[in-house]
Formats: sequence, C-alpha cells, structure tokens
Amino acid sequence: MAFTEQQLEEMLSQYSPKVQKNRKKHMFVRDTSLEHQQIEANTRTIPGVITNRGCAFAGCKGVVLGPLKDMVHIVHGPVGCAFYTWGARRNKAKSEDPTQNFMNYCFSTDMQESDIVFGGEKKLAKVIDEVVEIFKPHAITVSATCPVGLIGDDINAVAKAAEERHGIPIMAFSCEGYKGVSQSAGHHIANNILMDRVIGAGDLEKAPGKFPINMLGEYNIGGDSWEIERVLKEIGYTIVSVMTGDGSYEELKNAHVAELNLVQCHRSINYIAEMLETKYGTPWLKVNFIGIQSTIESLRNMALYFNDPGLLQRTEEVIAREAAKAEKGLEQYRKICEGKTAFCFVGGSRGHHYQGLFAELGIETVLAGYEFAHRDDYEGRQVIPDIKLDADTKNIPELHVKQDERRFCLKLTPEKMAELKAKIPLSYYAGMSVEMKDGTVIVDDLNHFETELFIKLLQPDIFASGIKDKYVVQKMGIPAKQLHSYDYSGPYAGFGGAVNFARDVSMAFASPTWNFIVPPWKDQPLLNGAVNSEGVA
Amino acid sequence: MLDCTPKEMLERKSGGLINPAKTCQPIGAMYAALGIHNCLPHSHGSQGCCSFHRMHLTRHFRDPIMASTSSFTEGTSVFGGVANLKAAIKNVFDIYGPDVIAVHTTCLSETIGDDIPSTIKAAEIPPGKVVIHANTPSYQGSHVTGFSNMTKAMVSYLAETAGGVKKDQVNIVPGFVNPGDMREIKRLVKAMGISFILFPDTSGVVDSPMTGEFAMYPRGGTTIEQLKDTGNSKLTVALGRFASSEAAELLSSKCKVTAVALKTPIGIKATDAFLMALRGTFAAEIPYELEEERGQLVDIMTDTHFHFHGKRVAIFGDPDIVTGLTEYVLSLGMIPVHVLTGTPGGAIGSGMGSFEEDIQQMLAEAKLSANVKAGGDLFLLHQWIKNQPVDLLIGNTYGKYIARAEDIPFIRVGFPVLDRSVHSYLPIVGYRGAMRLIEMISGALLDRADRDAKDEDFELVM
Repeated sequence: MAFTEQQLEEMLSQYSPKVQKNRKKHMFVRDTSLEHQQIEANTRTIPGVITNRGCAFAGCKGVVLGPLKDMVHIVHGPVGCAFYTWGARRNKAKSEDPTQNFMNYCFSTDMQESDIVFGGEKKLAKVIDEVVEIFKPHAITVSATCPVGLIGDDINAVAKAAEERHGIPIMAFSCEGYKGVSQSAGHHIANNILMDRVIGAGDLEKAPGKFPINMLGEYNIGGDSWEIERVLKEIGYTIVSVMTGDGSYEELKNAHVAELNLVQCHRSINYIAEMLETKYGTPWLKVNFIGIQSTIESLRNMALYFNDPGLLQRTEEVIAREAAKAEKGLEQYRKICEGKTAFCFVGGSRGHHYQGLFAELGIETVLAGYEFAHRDDYEGRQVIPDIKLDADTKNIPELHVKQDERRFCLKLTPEKMAELKAKIPLSYYAGMSVEMKDGTVIVDDLNHFETELFIKLLQPDIFASGIKDKYVVQKMGIPAKQLHSYDYSGPYAGFGGAVNFARDVSMAFASPTWNFIVPPWKDQPLLNGAVNSEGVA
Repeated sequence: MLDCTPKEMLERKSGGLINPAKTCQPIGAMYAALGIHNCLPHSHGSQGCCSFHRMHLTRHFRDPIMASTSSFTEGTSVFGGVANLKAAIKNVFDIYGPDVIAVHTTCLSETIGDDIPSTIKAAEIPPGKVVIHANTPSYQGSHVTGFSNMTKAMVSYLAETAGGVKKDQVNIVPGFVNPGDMREIKRLVKAMGISFILFPDTSGVVDSPMTGEFAMYPRGGTTIEQLKDTGNSKLTVALGRFASSEAAELLSSKCKVTAVALKTPIGIKATDAFLMALRGTFAAEIPYELEEERGQLVDIMTDTHFHFHGKRVAIFGDPDIVTGLTEYVLSLGMIPVHVLTGTPGGAIGSGMGSFEEDIQQMLAEAKLSANVKAGGDLFLLHQWIKNQPVDLLIGNTYGKYIARAEDIPFIRVGFPVLDRSVHSYLPIVGYRGAMRLIEMISGALLDRADRDAKDEDFELVM
C-alpha cells in the first residue's frame, strides 16, 4: 500500500503552520521517477515536539569512547551523565587482562554547586590523580557535560597538566550536551581527538598479518563485531582494530597499518575514515554486515579490493558454507514473517542497514528514518558539497589532517582505484533513500506525534526502534523490536546474527500474548440467551 | 567482574564518584510529575537529559514514559532558554494537549540562570491549562531531591485553602516509591476508612494496562482538583523524609495543614507507626483486616526467623528506602554490616535530619555497629564488602556487579531495577510488602544454601 504526498500533507496539517513548515522538509514519500529527492536533516529539534534524540555527550562518550575498554572514561559534570552511560549501551568487551578492563565502571567528578560557582578544574585534576593511583590505566578520557562549557572549565589544560604529571595520554573531549543538534556532534568531536591523539601513536610500521583491515563504526552491540570477525578471520583477514566495539587504546594506536578500512556505521565514523585516507592513503569501503545478502556483498567487495586469488577463493568457500547454514536457519522463520510490514526508525545507520534483513524474511519496510543522520546518509555522499552548515553545527571543530610524510602510501594506483570505484562503494556511500521503494516514507527526527499518526495510517506489523517508543507501540498491540539494544539479545550482524534476528522477530509475531489483549467480556454480550422461536415462554 | 577494584582502601578525597549510588535531580522530578493526572513532564535543558531520563524510567517500569524538552542548542546556552521554553509550551499544548505541563530544569538551564516563573507568565497558556515548575539543579542532592522539589512545586503552585475548618481528610506524600507501593498505601488508608489525597500518585500511569490502545495520559495520577484540595486537609503524612518532608512542610506553612514526617512504611515498625499516626488524628479504628495482616506477618517472621537471623547484610540505595530496610532487617534479627546511600544526607537547615545519624541510632539500639555513609558510592561499598564480607546484598540493579564479583546472594529493591520485571507492580511497603521482602530475602538465602549444599546435605524441607 503506497503512501502519497497528499496523505502526508493532510497529516501535517494538524500542526501549527510554523511547525508544519519545518517538519514537511524532514520527510518525503519515495518516488523513483524523480531524479533526486532532497531531505532536510541535521537541523535543530523543535522544542516540545517529543523527539527521540539525545545529545553530543551521548554521541561522544556514550557511543564512540565508551566501548574502548582499557581506558578510564571520566565524565566531568554532575552525576547524571555518567550514570546514564554506565552499562546502558550493550557494547560488549572482554579482556585478556581483566585489571585493565573498565567496562563495568562509571567515573564522575560529581560536580556540586561549589564547583559550578568556583570552577571544577581542581576537582577534575584530583579525580584524575586518584584514578591513576588506584587503577593505573593506559590512557584516560575526560568528557565535558553541559555546565562545563558555560562555567569555562579548561579541561584541555587540566588534561595536559595531568598527562605531564602521570606520563600517560589523557585526552579531553569538549562534548557538552548542547553542542550541535544531536548525538551526531559528539561523534565528530570524538573522531577528531581519536584521530589527532590516538591513531598513529603506535610504533607499528607494518601489519602483523596478511590483508590487514580496520573495522570502523562497529560497536559490538550484543557481540555483533565478534560474529563479523569470526568470518573475516576465517577468510584470512588480519583485524588491526575495531572502532570501537571491544576496542582498546592499545589496538587503536596502531590503526594506521591497515590496508583497508571498513565502514559499517557511516554517520559516526566517516570523519576518521576520510582522515585515514588523507593521512595514510588508506581507502575505505562502505560495508553492511546486517543481513545475509549484504554480508555476502560486503565480503565479495573486500575480496575484490585485495584481489588475491587465495582470498577470493576462501571468500567464496566461507560464503557458500555460512550462507547455506544461515538460509537453513531462516527457513522456518520466513513462514511467520512473510508478507508483513515494518517501520525502521533508528539512530544514524540501522534505519538503512536492517531493511535488507527484513526483506530477506519477507518483511517490507514501509517507513524508515534516522534520529540524527545527515543528508549524505539519506541521499548519498555526492550531496556533501551542497550541504550548508547552519549556525547550530558551525561550531563543531573540523580537523584538517595532512599526508603523513613518513607513513603515507597509496594502497592502490589511481587507475586501479577508479576502476574499483565503478564496481564497489570505495570511499563512497549511496545513502538509504535510493534503495527504498515507491510509496514508502522517509522521515528525519520522527517524533511521538508523527509516530502515532503514521502507525494509524500505515498499520505496520512491527515497529523497529528504541526503548523510549517500544512500550508506546506495544500498548497499541503492535510488536516492537529494539534495534539499538536488540532487546538484550544478539548478535544480529553477520550470518549467525541474521538467524538470531529472524528468531527474535518471529517470537515477537508469534507470542500468544497478542491474543489476550481484549478481555472476553468485551467481546461477548452480558446476557446470552437463545431466542425462543416457538414463542413459548 | 570488577577486577580493577582493590581490597586495600585508599582514602579518596577528590569528591569524585566511582560507580555512583545516586543519579541526578531531573529524573526524580520527571517521575513525580508523571504522578499528576493529564500531565506532561517537561525538561528545560538540552535534550540529552530528557532522553536519558525517559530511557531509565522506561527500563525500570517497562511502560511508556512521556516527557518533552526545550532542546537547547549552543546559542540557547549562551543567550538563555526563554524562547525555547515559550516555544515548547506552545507546541506541547498544541500537539499533545495536556492539562498540566510540569517543567523541571537541568544543570544547563540552572547554570545559565533562566528565570522560569517569568517565562511561564509570559507564555501562551490555553484557558484552563496550567504550567508549574521546579528548579532541579543536577549539581545538588540526587534524584530524590528532584522528586522532593517537584512535589513541593505541586504545593506551591496548586494547593489552596478555603480557610476555616479543615476537612476530615489526610494528604499522603508517598515518596520516591513504585506504583505498587502507592497502591498499597492507598489500600491501607482506605481500609482505615479515611478520606485521603495521595500525591504524587503514579499508579495507573507507569503501570498502565495493555488495552490495544496507547493512552498518552493514562487514567492514573493525582488530579488538579485533588492537588488544590490538599490545602483543606487536616493532616499531611510525609512518608520518607528525603522525598516528602519539604512538600508537607510547605503545605503546613502555606495552608496550615499539620505535617508529620514518618519513615517509608517498610517493615513492621514503620507500618505500625503509619497506621498509628492515622489512628491518632482521625480516631479511626484499625480494622480487623489490617490486624489480621499484621498478625500474619508476625507469624511468618516467627516461622522463618532461622532462615535469616544473624545473617550479615549490606544495603544501599535511596535514603528513605535504605532507612526503612535497615529498620526492618534489624527487626528480623539480621545484622546490617554496610549501609550506604549516594544521596548526600541531611544538610543543615534542610529539615531532613541526617541519614547517617538515623541509621547509627537504630544500630545503637540493637547494640550493633556498621559502616554507614551518605554520599557514598558502590566502589566504596564493594571495598567494604571485600574487607568485611556479607551474606546478602540488597540494592538496585547496579549491585549485580558486586554480587557477581563477590558471589553474594542479591535481592533487587529500590530504583532503578533494570534487569527484572514485575517488581514495580508489587509493594515493599505495608505488612504485605514486608511479607514480600521476607519471601525475597529467604528465597535468596535458601537458593544459595541449596546451590552450595553437598548432595548428602541437600534438604527437601527447609
């Protein structure tokens, strides 16, 4: 059932004119007959509209830094920001040395009123000293929260002085929550400093194995990265680092030795991907390890890049074996899923990635969107030159890297690069919209009001989103699948992950619970007598 | 698990926290505001706070938690958030149509110093609708303080008195407890035959039923009419001094309603005290129904005392809950060894008293001593436990790391509980709640005994 622009207009007419004008630009109905469909994205949130978005701090500390297991991540601020990013995102990690794994810890300077009044720099310095004394970490990050910027604490100076005192890297991230318009600003801030201070800080000049790669923008939610790595290692790749799921400072600092960077989540890590290419000459490849077909395609594209006969052969062998196994696993679930429809509204990449996996189960995605993606994630990277930075994002620093004189090396000849670019998404991402079908809806920064209306109009069979709307949707009698936390399941990536996902989605459809929503007394009349046709009392 | 925590204790002077046992004010204010019927909580700050608070409450209750935000940007942060709040108020009434918007603040808008009352006065508010507010700076107190501040705002904005003779009704401020506890408190007062207003009341809001339709404003919540009428009551009972006293005191000074502060009615003594306070003011007899329940509880305590008597226990969480739990485990013959809250305790002049003094006094009466701390964290608690082991740990979900690291039986009580379900529907208060706690405590200890017993010592009857 195709949705029309007219229906969209009608829906939006319930807004006040000002809000209507704004929101109209953030959504469209897919029409493949048009050459290009533009969306507005990465602009400020309308106050009071009930957005799903978070802040720059969440994007920086919560998403990118938090998974780095051997670093202590100190949150400089009142207690909340540290508390809410303690164990709440399921970026799994394990460590050979458990005394250098801080994943289950939460560090806060717990700013008090006096710190707001007199400044919190001294307290931050003392907290760093204590952390070093107790934990002896390899490196420390310090993340700023809202009030830090306002009161003018110079966290860079504090970190620098502490670094000199203790002789370990201590990095400051000015990711105050009000910066930018969403989590996205935080990704950028984290990328800049990791590139500037960590990547390349290691001594390795050559990778410790063949076909060395980095996996960028993969946070190992529910073990995703481990499932992908299992297959990659079997094919013969050497994984230099993962940014940043189950990642570590020790790995990350040698990320410069890889010969190819894989980009899973484009939004959060494309900055580092670009900078790695500029600085070290390492191209990046957009991959998608969600869904069987996408995984196969990603593996083949990687093999094409390295173009080694043995690697190509092992790629096909592993694909044949793994795909057959996964296909067999999916079979039983297709019967349950076939013909159903889904909404897929997730942060900045999964809104796209999961559509293929849904399709493999026979589920059509009728609405998709992102909380905080930019136009390039919707429309493709070719629109980047047209994107105008507005006042809200202009203040996010841009890091400009140069060729590393010693280490820069072109991994491919320009001719080979051009040839490959025609075949595979090398240093390119085509965005979500191009793959969506006519009549489907694409929405940016979907809010609660629109969620309810779109559900009424499109009546999806399953709603894939996050924790804040999960129970809203379930109350309506519609299964809801969390695609941030995977509802505490996973992995969902790779071949094995596809089967786990199919099992969980099928369980959501098949649960007997949906049959009990209406109590029997709502269905049956109070008095249940047979009509006496004979007319005899 | 937690392999980086050393047994050797280093005195920490920085004032920083490692594994906090508290969170920040606004989440408590958001929870309190959900206890008003047809109310939308509003977070005046950058939107990350609002998302985090909704997320955490949602995970605890497994129910929709609705709230809006002013969505500050950098410009707002420099020039003030007045325009954002005005726009938000207009949009919320336009789009979501609540009867009340309850605004709370964050460290951002508090540091800027946004003047909320004058912004509310200047905002477009449709006739018959209300906007109330509480200042909830995250750099003071904890989430319990935030709950207290929003509850106080209900009094300062809404409570009215007709003057003259007070109505024969009681106000009850239940404190930062689950909807299951609020239901139980109401049941007790109803059983006494006394008219009452419970505020805030999140029962029917964050434990709403599945009907096939989403209700943005569920049936529950204290109504505006009730909140206004609190000024005409004869008595306010504040359950839990940290969460509830200030609202009761304000109601006393604003509308001359007598205030009495009691412990959160966890366990037999505190429940007795609650019923006796009601009996004293309203000359209402304790009905047989409640006397029977109490007798059943004492019967169970007697029957099972050997399951828990003399067991060493560590308790952490919010001060009112921890105080109630400590009193109760003492009355079960258990030995509290470590008692800790993350909420800083009892500032001078706050009328809150001192958490540490309260606990120490109870311990002294039982001729016991323990590690007691307000404003502590779970890193400290863990180190205490490494040095003086316990048989049982009681606290919120974050205790599971310590429980696993030290292999201690663990029961989840308090906020937040993110890894189990049903807990928010069932009470820990009242005689029934006390029974449930015994079931939890005995269950945890006996499960451990079963797990650890040699085959020949494995008992069928315990």
